[in-house]
Amino acid sequence: MRYLAVLIVALWPALLAAAEWEDHQTFGDTEASAPLRILSSTDTSFFAPIIAAFVARQPGVAVEYLVTGTADLDARFRDAPAAYDVVISSAMDLQLKLANDGFAAPLDMPEHPDRAQWHKRLFGFTTEPAAIVVNKELFADLPLPRSRQDLIEVLRANPERFTGKVGTYDVRDSGLGYLFATQDARSSETFWRLMEVMGRLDARLYCCSGEMIDDLATGRLAVAYNVLGSYAEARATEAGALTVILPSEFPTAMMRTALISRAAPQPEVAKAFLRHLIQMQAGGGDAGFPLPPLATSNDATGGTSISLDPALMTYLDRMKRQMFIQEWENAIVQQD
Amino acid sequence: MTAEVHVHGSLRRRLGLILTGGAAVLAVILYLAVRTFAAQIAQQGQDSILNASVTSILDTAVLRDGEVLLDFPYASLSMLGTSADDRVFYAIHADDRLLSGYDSLPAPGASQDSLPRFRTTDHGGEPVRMATDARTLIGAQGQTTVTVSVAQTQDALSETLNAISRRVALFGIGFFALSTALALWAAATTSRQLRRLTTSVTRRGPQDLRPVAQPVPSEMGPLVASLNTLMGRLDHALTRSEEFLAEAAHRVRTPLATVRAYAETTLQRVDNPDNRKALHAMIRAIDESSRAASQLLDHAMVTFRADTLTREDLELSELLRDLVDRMRPVADMKDITLSLRAEGPAVLHGDAILLQNALRNLIDNALKYAPAETRVEVAVRSEGAGPVVTVIDEGPGFDAAEIDTLATRFVRGKAMGHTIGSGLGLTIVQAVVLAHGATMTLSNTAEGGACVTLQF
Ligand SMILES: Nc1ncnc2c1ncn2[C@@H]1O[C@H](COP(=O)(O)OP(=O)(O)OP(=O)(O)O)[C@@H](O)[C@H]1O
Ligand SMILES: [Mg+2]
Repeated sequence: MRYLAVLIVALWPALLAAAEWEDHQTFGDTEASAPLRILSSTDTSFFAPIIAAFVARQPGVAVEYLVTGTADLDARFRDAPAAYDVVISSAMDLQLKLANDGFAAPLDMPEHPDRAQWHKRLFGFTTEPAAIVVNKELFADLPLPRSRQDLIEVLRANPERFTGKVGTYDVRDSGLGYLFATQDARSSETFWRLMEVMGRLDARLYCCSGEMIDDLATGRLAVAYNVLGSYAEARATEAGALTVILPSEFPTAMMRTALISRAAPQPEVAKAFLRHLIQMQAGGGDAGFPLPPLATSNDATGGTSISLDPALMTYLDRMKRQMFIQEWENAIVQQD
Repeated sequence: MTAEVHVHGSLRRRLGLILTGGAAVLAVILYLAVRTFAAQIAQQGQDSILNASVTSILDTAVLRDGEVLLDFPYASLSMLGTSADDRVFYAIHADDRLLSGYDSLPAPGASQDSLPRFRTTDHGGEPVRMATDARTLIGAQGQTTVTVSVAQTQDALSETLNAISRRVALFGIGFFALSTALALWAAATTSRQLRRLTTSVTRRGPQDLRPVAQPVPSEMGPLVASLNTLMGRLDHALTRSEEFLAEAAHRVRTPLATVRAYAETTLQRVDNPDNRKALHAMIRAIDESSRAASQLLDHAMVTFRADTLTREDLELSELLRDLVDRMRPVADMKDITLSLRAEGPAVLHGDAILLQNALRNLIDNALKYAPAETRVEVAVRSEGAGPVVTVIDEGPGFDAAEIDTLATRFVRGKAMGHTIGSGLGLTIVQAVVLAHGATMTLSNTAEGGACVTLQF
């Protein structure tokens, strides 16, 4: 009996997490019998205008917007694909694997650029670079880094100022963090050196961009690496101390992607929503699209977008993931 | 002269059918062959990429502390990107234990002969092509076999195949259309040769039995050769029978004339009434034979010529005047007034010899059956459709009961009396009239005399 109680107490946070959402809101006709259930990793503030425009055009439709982290989102959707209609995530690799594993329903969207869709099932609708975000006040007299190399040098030169004040994603928890890290590692050895430097400075690890930016704004962090530029830009306007820097050597940009569940309870509404989303995206900022729309070509952001490609599944391989996390932990965690 | 021909099928249609049918079969074979070939090549292409992917994964297999590790590169899966975004599945096994990847892929199985192995299987209700290869790693604890399978759906492949099929189908249809046009042209050209020969033979005159001289294709050579031989034989036979007729007439009449002359001379010298009677009977029999011989020969000649009329434009009144003048001595002997009444021109396109023969028979009858000191009138006039010739006498006329049968061969009327005849005269007239597409009508005049009307 006591053993069982211990087990319940031990498992409680996990059970709580399973039931809870980072955010959970309903839009549109509250009378509607069955709402369109959107499972998303994007903050509600970004999606509210998109959904509002959708329900305004479709009377009698309600939309339930459920927010959670990318890794959790993937797990929840795989558990119950029939419980959700649309899945939106910034973790391209997890999304592509969902589509590859047959969880997504096809949708014809010939006007959508080819590189932003995969197998007629997965649709990219933003281009968002990973950025270095710094708090200018804490940098004070130091020069702002332009690249990863600059960042390594400035961190190495000023350990006393930056110890405990650098942050990045915990790739073990965050799907997006893992995607950015693996793509960085694939591009250059600089990534590993940066991780080692950050590890030596007692880097703080985050599950989500939001908290990282909060801590930057309050001054708990002086610099954060691989933060979603779009989120940071939004906060930079209100907290004047924040500066978003796109690393000049090889900026990594991801596409936020959406898919329709093959077991969607409301497939028609889901299709209409995806068309609406893509249409709004095509209109860009002028049409009230709150996220950075698709880059018209790859060099618009000065770097390469991660492409929708079956190779995204490489680092999701159990062995590859184990090896990568091992190496990452060696670099950033066990430095003391 | 058109003869009934038993027609069965058409060479031109048969030729066209065989050629277009052949083209259709060829087009279908071409389509199937190219499609199969294209499918093979496309499959080989996919297989080689799958194999490259398997190899690049397998190459990274290492044994570290007794554990199998595969740190395969990004390119291993990246190289599998296709235009149709085909789904990709892989599985890595170490001694039949799944290390990572999809457990839904079929297990590698024990057989390791013939590696790499390719097969098409079903994965999640969709056909996939799968490549499998294996490698044996040797470590301190013994050896481990690592098996890697990579599978891919075939959407891009079937898209490519469909595109190729469409193009090949178009090509096949074009090939067929072209062949059909060629076939029709060939059939038309071939049958044109036949038609040209037919026209040249049909256009010939009735007496033209010359061999065909114009060049013909070699296939038609034997036909034309036998046609030429046939016509040659026909020509020869015709010439021979004409000669034979003339010869036969001569040969029969001459000895009869001699016999008759002797009989006449003998009659002068014989006084015994019995002997005289016998001689009279003899002379009469000779006359009958002579008449029969010459009428038979005339009849044969008429029948023979009737098939191939030698037509020319004739002025009938002239022809009749000639004839009447020649018959007048015979009429004079019986004190018969033989007259000709010709009203205006009466032109006829016909065979002069035959017409002369027919009209002579009619006048001969009139002179023969009418009593002495009467009149025989021959009249010709042009009336609507063509000339009309009538021969009228003042004799007993035709017997109403016999009138329909008199034109039959060897039939003589009851009223013939002692006149000499063979019963072929009207038969000859009928044959000539038929050959000219005309009609003969036998009737009697109001006074009772005979009236024969020929309406051309
Ligand atoms: N003008 C005529 N008047 C009366 N009877 C005629 C006259 N012409 C022909 N006939 C009758 O028709 C019969 C057939 O005539 P046709 O000319 O065919 O034979 P034919 O005169 O007897 O012999 P031939 O062959 O020598 O002329 C005659 O036997 C005769 O009885
Ligand atoms: Mg007669």
